[in-house]
Amino acid sequence: MKLVILGCGRVGATLAQLLIAENHDVTIIDQNGDAFSRLGQDFPQEKTVIGDGTDEDVLRRAGLPSADAFVAVTNGDNRNILASQIAQHTFGVPKVMCRIYDPIRQETYNAMGLDSICPTIVGAKLFRDALLNPVTRQTSPTHSLAQGTSVPLTRMDPSRAGSN
Amino acid sequence: MYILIGGGGQVGYYLAKGLLQQGHEVLLLEKDGRRVRQLTEELGPVVFKGDACEARVLAEVGCDRADLVIAVTGEDEDNLVICQVAKARFHVNRTVARVNNPRNDDLFSKLGIDVTVSPTRSIQHIIEAEIPHHNLVPLMTLTKAGLSLVELTIPPDSPAAGRELRTMNLPSSANVALVVRGGENITPSGDTIVQPEDRIFALVTEAGEAALRQTILGEEE
Repeated sequence: MKLVILGCGRVGATLAQLLIAENHDVTIIDQNGDAFSRLGQDFPQEKTVIGDGTDEDVLRRAGLPSADAFVAVTNGDNRNILASQIAQHTFGVPKVMCRIYDPIRQETYNAMGLDSICPTIVGAKLFRDALLNPVTRQTSPTHSLAQGTSVPLTRMDPSRAGSN
Repeated sequence: MYILIGGGGQVGYYLAKGLLQQGHEVLLLEKDGRRVRQLTEELGPVVFKGDACEARVLAEVGCDRADLVIAVTGEDEDNLVICQVAKARFHVNRTVARVNNPRNDDLFSKLGIDVTVSPTRSIQHIIEAEIPHHNLVPLMTLTKAGLSLVELTIPPDSPAAGRELRTMNLPSSANVALVVRGGENITPSGDTIVQPEDRIFALVTEAGEAALRQTILGEEE
């Protein structure tokens, strides 16, 4: 899959590395060239683009016209929202996703057809689960997520706890 | 009208001031506390401290009964979200957004913003008007109608000079609305004779503009 990621912060860089490990074609954009050092020495420089991800020309340079997916994970909700809508409406990228920290904003844009992940809600729920359900901690799928192991694609079977 | 303005910078301030003088109910939303105090001192209790792109804030200021929401912060992305949230969650009738990057003009219209105002584009047009060889200057784009209001100055060597408007066979997509000659406003009709130095104001589509350029400026197709 050919993907373009906007924002080389911790999430953007980690996402890029995860995708590359599975042999996807990833280009990453950031306004600050120093951010690319998070990617490590092996990341090809020609796959990094310095620029403003809400600028059509920058997105074009990063390969949006032929991208299968676009992900906006800068630390600004509104910047992510604008860039994502440019990806959807100007470039017609098939799969567009972004991070939106504000739960109400996420709800509004979900209803308008923009897929997003809200770390605020995800994080709060993880904590809630960890605090309130100590008995099922070992077997909870969210426990796995919180500890950074890979996300299970199927429901975990409690009897197989510990084998992941 | 009840008008909400997002962004308490210079534009927001002068806008609020002018609208208040016209007797409208205005609320100016601004994030920064110090600026809010400054604005309140100058304008009175018509300023609210809050981020206009947060639905929570818009709900608190009664966005659902606003007739008009105007987003004039310094960032296009913020202006976009203010207007989109106002429309999608609060069903505000009319939204206006300031757009700094001219490229975002069309996109914002596509995304449902009713009116976009681009200072960059306006200034570009003014500069074009100052440059002598620019005979045709776009003054205003009516995006929804697909029309532009343009101003043409008839050059001395124009193929149209000395001819009646009706002989030019201009399409209806090139609607000549006004002729200004030496300070005099002339409502054009078929027998109006076009003279060099005349300023013509026309409402045109893209095709209409091309027809005008060909007929009046002698430009090749």
